Amino acid sequence: MDGAGIIKGMIETARNFAGSYHDEARLTTVQYPEEKLAPVENARTIPFLVYDGAEALPGLRCTACMICEKECPPQCIYIVKDTVKKPDFVGKMQMQPKVFDIDISVCMSCGICVEVCPFDAIKMDQVFELSTGDRFGGLLLNKTQLAKPNDYFNKLHKTEAAEIDLRRVEEKQKAEAAAAAKAAAPAKPPMAPPPAP
Amino acid sequence: MNGLDQIFVGTGHWIAGLFPVYVQPLISAALEIAIMMAVFGGCFALTSVVERKLLGRMQNRYGPNRVGPFGLLQPLADGIKMLTKEDIVPFSADKTVHFLAPLALSVPIWLAFAVLPFGRNMSAIDLDAGILFFFAIGSASELAVFMAGWSSQNKYSLVGAMRAIAQMISYEVPLVLSTVPVLMLAGSLSLNEIVAAQGTYTLGGLARWNVFTPWGLAGLLLFLIAATAESNRSPFDLPEGESEIIAGFLTEYSGFKYALFFLSEYLGLFAITGLAVTLFLGGWHAPFRWLEWVPSWLWFAGKFCALIFLFVWIRATLPRLRLDQLLNFSWRFLVPLSLINILVAVAWYWSGSWKSPVALPVRWVLCAALVALPYHWLAQSLRGTLPPPRKYTYAE
Repeated sequence: MDGAGIIKGMIETARNFAGSYHDEARLTTVQYPEEKLAPVENARTIPFLVYDGAEALPGLRCTACMICEKECPPQCIYIVKDTVKKPDFVGKMQMQPKVFDIDISVCMSCGICVEVCPFDAIKMDQVFELSTGDRFGGLLLNKTQLAKPNDYFNKLHKTEAAEIDLRRVEEKQKAEAAAAAKAAAPAKPPMAPPPAP
Repeated sequence: MNGLDQIFVGTGHWIAGLFPVYVQPLISAALEIAIMMAVFGGCFALTSVVERKLLGRMQNRYGPNRVGPFGLLQPLADGIKMLTKEDIVPFSADKTVHFLAPLALSVPIWLAFAVLPFGRNMSAIDLDAGILFFFAIGSASELAVFMAGWSSQNKYSLVGAMRAIAQMISYEVPLVLSTVPVLMLAGSLSLNEIVAAQGTYTLGGLARWNVFTPWGLAGLLLFLIAATAESNRSPFDLPEGESEIIAGFLTEYSGFKYALFFLSEYLGLFAITGLAVTLFLGGWHAPFRWLEWVPSWLWFAGKFCALIFLFVWIRATLPRLRLDQLLNFSWRFLVPLSLINILVAVAWYWSGSWKSPVALPVRWVLCAALVALPYHWLAQSLRGTLPPPRKYTYAE
């Protein structure tokens, strides 16, 4: 019949109307400030800097290689290299950032800095309650504000963090083995029997 | 019955009686204006939040529930926001017309309330040509909308205003034509007399409302469809179609001017709903004789709220039409059907003199068929105007 579709639709909305009062499961919305949904694992908002160990600034994985600063499409990252080096997780001396600022009012959450970082030092955060009364200073985060422990990263992105941790342990073992081999190397050749000619 | 029914009229007379005789007409007119602005202004505030709550519930959401108990103070917060916003006038706009447009829209709409009978002895002016006055005043809103669109010097505003003009003129025709049977059978253009004509009772104490006849039911539906389009409400909200033209003729308005447009839109809806109640739903009369003890203004308010609920319900259900669908629907469906409805009313009137025990059912079947068959044929022909179903080659 002509116009039956309209009546069918009206019945559907009427059922929603009545149903939303007695059936709580129909309501798809969450009462936000009181009630919060857990973010999904792949959610991302702004970047943060990962550090290992107990102390934030000495434990930063960042080596101030400037790749993320150069790759950032809206250019919201600002890095100044320090003059003092510090050992990284395998004991190699690396650069460290003196200044590492991210202007989160400019950041567009693309995650390219994370893609290009060869040191797994910068990762995407899931915080979203970032409003502030001071739109210039309050939205420019320095490295102290950006530094977050590896445990926090593990909590946000479980799968990715587990892979990275495993790889870092392997790399460390490899590096230690290499170091041990290197340390043993000068002593080894005399002990080894010369190859038969 | 009389005390509560006439409480507003009596109080008004009492207050006017406190003044000297020569200012009494002025005082009572001022009282009527003040009460109407307070009641319908409050009605607007309440509707703006209740509509959002109902829409939310119909879409399985809560709707606004933050400001005050159940979110009922939301209009207060909205009002403060509107008043404190910066009033931006575009640099290239025609400043005078841009300023006048919201006023030109809201003034006639307030005037339209003057002729509506809200209860027994409760109409501000009893004009002999009340309904003519209503439509004459109502069509002034088209001018205001075009003033707003043209003076903004903005392509979206202009497109919105053009759409509004095309839509309002097209739907003014079925709106007026669907009221013609009522005027013909009541024999008067005065809204008070149209209400009085529906005030008698027939078998079983059922009121003789126009909606209880085949032509009245069809007329009410036609009137409601045209009224939805006249007040720019979904599914006919093309002039403000935000997904296509930002906000149409409202694009360049902000602050209190925007609030005035918003207010006028709702007041226009209220006025036309009041007219629908008056013309088809018996005005302030009770549906049954034994319910006459309920105050007349309560009956009016009840029917009014039910129709407003219907408008919200339609808004929650139907998606927006395209412009060609909109105009086709008006000129190829509503206009012919409302013309046919006039003939059905004539048939109903002539067959009223039949003296037979089965006269009423026969009249009903005859008249209902006279309106249902053209409805079907017109709907079929309207379907013929649609393009064939699109064939998707790659997307499934």
